[in-house]
Amino acid sequence: MERILTRWLDIPDIRRLEVYEANGGYQALRKALFDMKPEEIINEVKNSNLRGRGGAAFPTGTKWSFIPKDSKKPVYLCCNADESEPGTFANRYQLEFDPHQVLEGILIACRAVNAHVAYMYFRGEFAHQKRTVENAIAEARAKGYIGRNIMGSGFDVEIYTHRGAGAYICGEETGLLESLEGKRAYPRNRPPFPAIQGAFGCPTVVNNVETLSNVPWIIRKGADWYRAIGPEKSPGPKLFCLSGHVNKPGLYELPMGFPLKDLIYDVGGGILDGRKLKAVIPGGASFPPFTAEEAEKVMMDFDSVRAAGSLMGTAGVMVMHDDTCMVDVLRTIAHFFHHESCGQCTPCREGCGWIEKLMIDMEAGRGRMEDLDLLLNIAGNMEGNTICVLADSLSMPTRGFITKFRSEFEDHVRLGRCPFRDRDGRLAPPAHAAYEEHAQES
Amino acid sequence: MPKLTIDGKEIEVPDGLNLVQAADLAGIEIPHYCYHPGLSVVGNCRMCLVEVEKAPKLQIACNTRVAEGMVVHTRSDRTRNAQKAVLEFLLINHPIDCPVCDQAGECKLQDYYMDYDRQPSRFQLGKKNKKGKAIDVGSGVMLDQERCILCARCTRFFDEVTHTSELAIFGRGDRNVIDHWPDRPIDNRYAGNVVDICPVGALTEKDFRFRMRVWYLHRTPSVCAGCERGCSIDIHHHRGRIYRLKPRHNPDVNGYWMCDEGRHGFPALQTEHRLTTPLYQSGDRMAPEGWEEALKRAAAQIMEIGSRSGANAIGAIVGAQATNEEAFALKHLVRNTIGSDRICGFSWTPPGASGDDELLIRANKNPNTRGLAALGIPTDSLDTMAAAVAAGQLKMLIVLRADLVRALGEKEFIAKFGALDYMLVLDTDANETGQMANQLWPVGAYPEIDGSFTNFKGRVQRIHSAFPPPGNAIPALEAIARLGHALDGVQRDSSAQAVFGEMASQEPAFRGLSFEQLGPHGRNLAA
Repeated sequence: MERILTRWLDIPDIRRLEVYEANGGYQALRKALFDMKPEEIINEVKNSNLRGRGGAAFPTGTKWSFIPKDSKKPVYLCCNADESEPGTFANRYQLEFDPHQVLEGILIACRAVNAHVAYMYFRGEFAHQKRTVENAIAEARAKGYIGRNIMGSGFDVEIYTHRGAGAYICGEETGLLESLEGKRAYPRNRPPFPAIQGAFGCPTVVNNVETLSNVPWIIRKGADWYRAIGPEKSPGPKLFCLSGHVNKPGLYELPMGFPLKDLIYDVGGGILDGRKLKAVIPGGASFPPFTAEEAEKVMMDFDSVRAAGSLMGTAGVMVMHDDTCMVDVLRTIAHFFHHESCGQCTPCREGCGWIEKLMIDMEAGRGRMEDLDLLLNIAGNMEGNTICVLADSLSMPTRGFITKFRSEFEDHVRLGRCPFRDRDGRLAPPAHAAYEEHAQES
Repeated sequence: MPKLTIDGKEIEVPDGLNLVQAADLAGIEIPHYCYHPGLSVVGNCRMCLVEVEKAPKLQIACNTRVAEGMVVHTRSDRTRNAQKAVLEFLLINHPIDCPVCDQAGECKLQDYYMDYDRQPSRFQLGKKNKKGKAIDVGSGVMLDQERCILCARCTRFFDEVTHTSELAIFGRGDRNVIDHWPDRPIDNRYAGNVVDICPVGALTEKDFRFRMRVWYLHRTPSVCAGCERGCSIDIHHHRGRIYRLKPRHNPDVNGYWMCDEGRHGFPALQTEHRLTTPLYQSGDRMAPEGWEEALKRAAAQIMEIGSRSGANAIGAIVGAQATNEEAFALKHLVRNTIGSDRICGFSWTPPGASGDDELLIRANKNPNTRGLAALGIPTDSLDTMAAAVAAGQLKMLIVLRADLVRALGEKEFIAKFGALDYMLVLDTDANETGQMANQLWPVGAYPEIDGSFTNFKGRVQRIHSAFPPPGNAIPALEAIARLGHALDGVQRDSSAQAVFGEMASQEPAFRGLSFEQLGPHGRNLAA
């Protein structure tokens, strides 16, 4: 397949405007400005079946069509560059190596929803990526692609960049908007949805970097061309962030619907140290894992992964071999979400910490058998009962890991220690033995 | 008016209500912490999750508008399970220090635990999150971050009501704490309200905490006498002592709030600062006497001066601290029983008092200036009275709840009124005017009497007697009635209700009003 989202691998200097232009850059914008009406752009994107790459997989054209046509308030577009999902590193490369593709997507999207101001929200750690994009914005502005009267069309767009202070929750679209407005990134209750009341109380579209990068291609080559890539309901090129115990981890552009098995064994070069596959999380830390058997059969597109019992999310594929302690993996995930829960809703604020504390004890061999059902119950009490889905992002892997690898959790309780060797090849002493020893001494 | 069904009960409610309000109209409680009708909806506590048919997830009642045909279950298994879950989450890091917590008895964690949870904790890990305790955050407010459930009512109050934003949430996740900004404690004349709206023991009042367990307190509805706004309040008292004042919701006067000045205005009314027996001038000191002698002595003076110099030689000054009924009764006594037309009002605010603000506080620190005006008692004719004294036409004054000496200064008071033959003062304490009186009668302060005040917008509101006046003090209405009886031998009904009825029949401004119908929120003057 022709590379679309990772063209920097073929065209090294594509981050520079003249190189981007020489390779067809900003032609889609020209087409969108002069040959298409805004509703035609929306329809083209709708027909392409492009779905949001930020994790929720919502149809992009439909999202755009929610913006009121006769809004008396200004309309804003926000590009979500707060890529924070563990195991996810696609936007980072795109911003660094092909920023104009994102900018062109932003400009076309602005034309589609009649926005004249776009904000790019970068995660706190993306200082370098923000500079790259700002350089690209300066280049494009000098060429008349950004600012007043773009290409003489009479259409204006100003793009502002904003860097957060480094919090996972700022990537949640309403948390992002709160942060953009200068407040704590507490996600908002919906309704009202951002399309009606988003940034500064005005209609707003929030789209992920990768989503917007697909837009120039859909405009240039048409919805039919796009829909033909991968499964029709969930089409397009997709960036897969492959990490964990594979020989060749990295960022890979593959068509949607690519078999997970091939991603791991062919593209990823197989399991590290010639070991056997144990588990894969298909979409960042927030979703249930697949066992090795399940991973054999899964196709990597939104609908197939969902049908197989997980979610593709950001396509941060994390591979774990058979010497990986599942209890420790869940403890690590719990630590992340406990650290990143904004603390607004009671179930998430208290539940994430509780799960982490139980998992610390479990991994250290201090767990009890009844803790397993307790963990499942806490996860159930968190899920679906909060403003945003961060609580679900911990409850889903909690339930997934305990359900699919229950015997490993039970081993920890029975042995009173983790059955896996640490980095230096040592086994931990059983927690109850250490306790009894201590009790005898004193 | 959408019709909906809550727990099988079909009700029709006004459009625009949320489910907490709608259920309340149906007599069904939906428990909630963060939701407060006077603040914006944030939906963070998740206590009000209810099952709404056709919605896949449980919905928070506070952020769900009523709709036609909606079917809501507040006690279904799913709802109960969610309520238990939220309470369990709230309690795992809560210190559960109820025995030493001042909120105990009026704590929503305690109440809802008893109503909706009642299960042992499954949190067996021992280590709870540690946060700050007993932090003085300013303006008499104490903060306990461990007890806090982060409902953000206090931060929203300062953001949305006073627009001062002194408190904020700091940290992230379960490390979140409420605090003030560094080196900028709360400095706010409405700070006490955050203590009222805090559903748990996180915010307590410095002045009140550890002074009385709340379950011993009785509540009597009343009206704050601190300024002409007349905020609706509850007096919290025990055995004749006031422990605190709390705002009482009144959409037509004060909403949900009151100011700190009003809230802390009660210590001067406590027994130890009060006059408890009638006094009369005996040589160069004031001597106590019983009411019989006191009434006889005053009546004799009135008869004597009246027959010597005519009825118009006797006059009265009514302070704007007096109730509508007291002002009317005294006016009636002077005009009809004594036969004088010399009565004037007195509405005075100490210099340096706070001025009008956008929220509640008014510059005029009297609760009933408008009431005097409505009764046709002028508050600007003190000089006319003084001129009459200077001209030798006015010899005796009855002064009710008006500290003239403090207001005018002793020098000016003597210049204006020094020529009086006799002065009878009715007040709650031995104030400066009382010290110069020939007779000083102790009367009940506003927490001790029945009656009504008329606020600056013409709202007539009831006050109720929380407990009787201290010692031998009596309600001013009774003193006036008994003085009338001593003068003409006619028995009078001195109840506020009876006096109000007479006032409503005689005074155009009060026409159509009845004491019983004033209700908890009061009524507007007729005109």
